[in-house]
Amino acid sequence: MKKIILLLLTLVSLPQLLFAQAADQVEMADKLRADGKIWVVVAVVAIVLAGIAINMFRVDSKVSKIEKELNIK
Amino acid sequence: MGPVPHQPILNESIRNTYFHVALWMSMTIMLFTSMVFSFKYLRSGLLDHDDKASEFAKGGLFFGILGCLTGSVWANYTWGDPWPNDPKLNGAAVGMLMYLAYMLLRSSFEDEQRKARISSVYNILAFAVFIPLIYILPRLTDSLHPGNGGNPAFSSYDMNNEMRKVFYPAIIGWTLMGVWLIELRVRVKRINRFLRERVANADTAAKVHQ
Repeated sequence: MKKIILLLLTLVSLPQLLFAQAADQVEMADKLRADGKIWVVVAVVAIVLAGIAINMFRVDSKVSKIEKELNIK
Repeated sequence: MGPVPHQPILNESIRNTYFHVALWMSMTIMLFTSMVFSFKYLRSGLLDHDDKASEFAKGGLFFGILGCLTGSVWANYTWGDPWPNDPKLNGAAVGMLMYLAYMLLRSSFEDEQRKARISSVYNILAFAVFIPLIYILPRLTDSLHPGNGGNPAFSSYDMNNEMRKVFYPAIIGWTLMGVWLIELRVRVKRINRFLRERVANADTAAKVHQ
């Protein structure tokens, strides 16, 4: 019961904490708009690399499946 | 970093052309290749051609999803919305759904030849609808993308020769990268087919022997 009350208190106070912070600094996503928006390019490159990595992992799992089928260690 | 034209709003994010735009261009090349292999399958009846068609479509879909995600990030910081209701975006979304439907169609057949034949026909039709959806229809209305609704694309407005020096090799590079990823999957599929056929042959041989 104590834990639940504590959890509820945290949940209630959390937005207030967040809003208090937001009031201090209103501007958002500054970094991505700074330096002539070059960080947008960095974000895009990161997405592309992540996508290629996911694709490679899926190929990897396919190859592993065949290896398992053929009992290759 | 190479020199780029100085634009208001776009600023340095014009460099995304080498990623976002080049990805869409190479996706178009892949989907076209997929359609060509579908034609080849229908002419020859070789399942290998159908494997290639499906993997090229899958690779194109992969680049398309990457294109959508990168486009969303780019649009968020230039147009102010991750998904503005732009005819090109909606056309691309419908096109992606069409190719997702192709993947679903493929997985819903048991018989290999039947699956290959019907999905080949669907693939050819999908490409024939896809090109007008993302390249022709947005040009007829107003769109935020360059090259649409009277905005010239690749003109001196938004590209110069310094950028072209990077942009065209980038298209070739992304295409080669995609083809390599696709080829790996095609080879895995080919190995799987070979294994299954060998098992089937061994079974029939055993039955004959009995």
